[in-house]
Amino acid sequence: MGFMALFLETLIGGVLAGTMYSLVAIGFVLIFKASGVFNYAQGAMLLFSALLFVTLLKLGWPIPLALFATMVVTVIGALAIERIVLRPLANRSTMTLFLATLGLSFVIEGLAQGIMGTEVHALNLGVEDLPIFWGDILISQFDLYAAGVAITLTLLLALFFNKTRIGVSLRAVADDAGAAQSIGINLNFIWQVVWAVSALVGLVAGLAWGARQGVSFNLSLVVLKALPVLIIGGFTSIGGAIIAGVIVGAAEALAETYLGPIVGGGIQFWFAYFLALIFLFIRPTGLFGDAEIERV
Amino acid sequence: MSDRSKNSHPLLSIDGIEVVYDPSILGVADVSLHVDRGEIIAFIGANGAGKSTTLKAISGIAGTERARITKGDILLDQVSIAGMAPHRLTKSKKVVHVLEGRHVFSHLTVEENLRSGAFLRKPSRRQMEADIEEIYSWLPRLKDKRKIAAGLCSGGEQQMLAIGRALLTKPELVLLDEPSMGLAPIIVDEVFEIISRLNRELGMSFLVAEQDMRVSLAHAHRAYVVANGHVVLQGSAEDLAARDDLHDIYLGIAEAA
Repeated sequence: MGFMALFLETLIGGVLAGTMYSLVAIGFVLIFKASGVFNYAQGAMLLFSALLFVTLLKLGWPIPLALFATMVVTVIGALAIERIVLRPLANRSTMTLFLATLGLSFVIEGLAQGIMGTEVHALNLGVEDLPIFWGDILISQFDLYAAGVAITLTLLLALFFNKTRIGVSLRAVADDAGAAQSIGINLNFIWQVVWAVSALVGLVAGLAWGARQGVSFNLSLVVLKALPVLIIGGFTSIGGAIIAGVIVGAAEALAETYLGPIVGGGIQFWFAYFLALIFLFIRPTGLFGDAEIERV
Repeated sequence: MSDRSKNSHPLLSIDGIEVVYDPSILGVADVSLHVDRGEIIAFIGANGAGKSTTLKAISGIAGTERARITKGDILLDQVSIAGMAPHRLTKSKKVVHVLEGRHVFSHLTVEENLRSGAFLRKPSRRQMEADIEEIYSWLPRLKDKRKIAAGLCSGGEQQMLAIGRALLTKPELVLLDEPSMGLAPIIVDEVFEIISRLNRELGMSFLVAEQDMRVSLAHAHRAYVVANGHVVLQGSAEDLAARDDLHDIYLGIAEAA
């Protein structure tokens, strides 16, 4: 295998894997943008929905029915979290809100594992992870599907945000919640929508990650993978989350292949944070984070 | 008041309110005022006198900033609206609040800002287009900027946009907080001219909080002066404009005789 082929294969594999990071990061962006809450429990919600889906499959439910039931339960759960935990804390400090979601993540993980068990479940979505050869280059079919799902989801969200009444209201709330209230936009309703959408995005991410690495407690740790993506892409930009996910995926894969042998491997566990740190120095709002738009 | 006939009661009537911010900061000590249908009322006072807090108490936005009305009552059409959530007030009572400092949605285009003002009415697509065209006829400056992010517009354009967005809720009463803030005098005159026209031609009522006595008294029917959280003077705009001691009263350094 030539140098170029190895490089391309690593790059493409990394880019595709990166879209999986993007999927997780989008869930964070949605809630953070609309309400300023960094929802640490996003990982736990993701674990919960994947675990529920797998459990229903094991009980013999057909895939479409299990998927539908999981969607319903996940959305109801997210609405309940917003209503019971976050709404009474509205206008509190960022740290209060963060700690509330941190606590919440342990509660959800505990409940999910208490009810549905702690063993690792395999999740088969019916997509074979067969390698596809493109000339010399090997591409994972599963990664291609995952990337397709991420792109479709992004396009749907872009349509929602730009073309629908609720979507534009949501951006209005993200820009200025006080002004949004003053023209009759119901903040509570918008927050409910955002939690529901974010939970559904989490469900998709949970299934994709669950199919890749098995459904277990470890799934909730993908939060830690999303964090550098958010720092690089900006906490308030869905497009930023996509691009930063791809950058992180590609950089990790390239670093593992080319730097790994020099420093003894294991680079992918920390390289994303190294990259994020550099971004914090040179561009603290991330690539596409909301800098204030202001005319001078 | 009981001898007043049904259609002569004030549109808005504030009865001795006290507003306290969490935990115990006094925002407004004692404010009473009323707005009749079709009136422009100037609500004049220096920085920190309690103008914004009063408007926020009316619109319900005070409640979301952890402030409470601890005394008195606010009546709209003789029904208490004290403590009502802002989105409900705008939707069902036709009161809209244009916040101090304009607060346009800076990342949304001018036209998206306007649309968002109509959302609570859920208009049809055609109705929406017609409503927005009507706003452009009132505020023609906005039409050229329709595709531009609102944050990139000038201060005057942003003030017009904030007003236009509020008008799209189809209000009967507009609470306008310091429309002159940070604007060149010529733009301030333009803004107040539009307010006067809306009032004359559509019968829309305005409660305008202002530091700028000159322009607000020139366009208002009646005025209240507030200092240190109390209403200290009230009367017709003409009478107030004619007083020599208005400036001292405004600053809270003289008592109204």
